[in-house]
Amino acid sequence: MQPTYRFDTMADLVALAEGNGITLAEVALRHEVALGHHDREVILVAMRERWATMRRSMEMGLEAPQRTMGGLSHGAGQVMSGHRPVLVDQTAAGVMARALAVNECSAAMRRIVAAPTAGSSGILPAALWGAQQRLGCDDEAVVMALFTAAALGMVIANRATISGAQAGCMAEVGVSAAMAAGAMAEMAGASPDAAIQAMALALKNTLGLVCDPIGGYVEVPCIKRNAIFAIHATTAAEMALAGIRSFVPADQVISAMKEIGEAMPKKLKETSQGGLATTLIGLEVMAKRPRVDHGQG
Amino acid sequence: MAAYDSVFSIIGPIMIGPSSSHTAGAARLGSLARALLGETPVEARLQLHGSFAETGAGHGTDRALVAGLLGFSSGDDRLKDAFEHARDAGLVWSFGTVNLGPDVHPCSVRFVLRSAAGETLEMIGSSLGGGAVRITSIQGYDVDISGDFPTLVTVHEDRPGLVQEVSSLLTDHAVNIAFMRVARHHRGAHAFMTLEADHELPAELVRAARAIPGMVSARALPRLA
Repeated sequence: MQPTYRFDTMADLVALAEGNGITLAEVALRHEVALGHHDREVILVAMRERWATMRRSMEMGLEAPQRTMGGLSHGAGQVMSGHRPVLVDQTAAGVMARALAVNECSAAMRRIVAAPTAGSSGILPAALWGAQQRLGCDDEAVVMALFTAAALGMVIANRATISGAQAGCMAEVGVSAAMAAGAMAEMAGASPDAAIQAMALALKNTLGLVCDPIGGYVEVPCIKRNAIFAIHATTAAEMALAGIRSFVPADQVISAMKEIGEAMPKKLKETSQGGLATTLIGLEVMAKRPRVDHGQG
Repeated sequence: MAAYDSVFSIIGPIMIGPSSSHTAGAARLGSLARALLGETPVEARLQLHGSFAETGAGHGTDRALVAGLLGFSSGDDRLKDAFEHARDAGLVWSFGTVNLGPDVHPCSVRFVLRSAAGETLEMIGSSLGGGAVRITSIQGYDVDISGDFPTLVTVHEDRPGLVQEVSSLLTDHAVNIAFMRVARHHRGAHAFMTLEADHELPAELVRAARAIPGMVSARALPRLA
C-alpha cells in the first residue's frame, strides 16, 4: 500500500512533514501524486503553468490600467508601481503594486489564477514575488511555495470555508494571506512548524473581516485590500521567522474562523446589503448597477 | 471525500475574473448543466438564489452561467462576451431570482433548460468557493456530484439487477467506481443513479448503458477542467 499523505489538520501536516523529514510543499506534492490522477512531473508542470499565469497577470496589470466591470478602480497597480516609496523599501512597494495589478485584472475579467479565490487572487503572487526578490531564488522555488500554500488552503477550505458568501472576507483574503504567510516562511527556510505559525498569525488577525463589496462588484474594498493583506502576510511570515508563535494553535484558529463565519450576519457575507455597500456612496453605486433579474436575451 | 482534495482546487482554476465562486463556479455549473442536457440548450431559464441573486450582476455570474451553457470553460476569454455568443448560437435565456431555502448554499442556481428536440432538464447547483461546485438536484432528485470525477448519470426503471448490470459494464471497461448513489421518489417509480468514476467514461460504455432494458436515459459528465 502506497502512503497517501492524507492530512485533515495543520497538526497532520506538521506530523507528515517532520515524520518524513520533508517540507510542507513536498507533503502536498506527494499527496497529489497519491490521488492517482497524474504523475509527479505532470503535476509540477501544471503548477508551473499556474505560476506563469500569475506572473502574466502581474505584468498585465502593471503595463496598462484595466477597465474593471464596475469602473470603481482604474490603474491602481500602475500608480503604485510608478511611485517612489517613502516609508517602505522597493520590494514592499513592488508587492503592493503587483497585488493591486492582479486584482484589478481579475475585476476587469482578465485571466488570473484563483488563490484560493479570484477576489483574493493578488495576494499570493505578489507576496511570493516579493519573497523571491528578497531571497534571490529561482522560479522553481516559487512553484514549490505554491504547493505549501495549497496544503494550507486545503486544510482551511475543508475544515472551514473559502467562500465569502459563507464566512465573509476572512474566508478569501484572510485565507489567501494565511497561505501566503506560510508559503513565504517555508520558502525562506522556516521549519514546517514555523511555517504553520506564520499561517496561524496571518489568519488569526483577519478573523471577523466581512465581505461588503460596493455595488456587488469585486472592486471596493477588494482590490486595495489585496495589497494591504499581501503586506500583512509578509509581517506574519517575518514574525514566524523570528521565532514568534501563535498563542492559539493553528487548528483552533481555523475552528474560531468557522464559528465566526456562522455568526456573521448575512448582510455582511457577499450580499452587498450592509457595511461599505450601504454607505451613502455605496448606495449611489448600487442605484446605478445592473440587476440580473431584469437580464434577458 | 473532502471537497478540496487537490492542490489545484486551491491554486486554481486559471480563470477569467472577477470571482471564483460567482464567475468560475458559475461557468462550471453551466457547463455541467449543458453536459447533462447533452447539447447547448435553445432555451434557458436561470433562477439565482442568495448571494448569486444579490451580487450576481456585478460578479459576472449571469455571463458566466450562459458561457458555461455554451460549453466555454471558466478560463475561456469568450466568457466576457457570452451574451453576444449566446445570441449567435440561438440560445434564448432569462434570469430570475428564487429562494431555495435557508439550508441551500448562498451561491446557488436552478437551471431549467430545453433542447432543440424538446428535452428538458432541471438542475440545481451550488458554487462552494474557489471554483469548486456541487450539483445537488437533477430533475427533482437529490444528488451530490462534484464534477471532479467523470460521472455517469442514469434514470431507469426501479427493477432488481439493473444497477448490477450498469456496474458490471464499468468493470468490463476497466473503469473503477469512486462513488455511487441511487435515489428514487417512491417504490416502483423511476430510479436515479450517479456513478463517479476514477477514469473517463468511454462512449461505447454510455451507449451500452442506454441499451440496458429499463434504462430511460444515461449521460456522461466529463471531469471538469
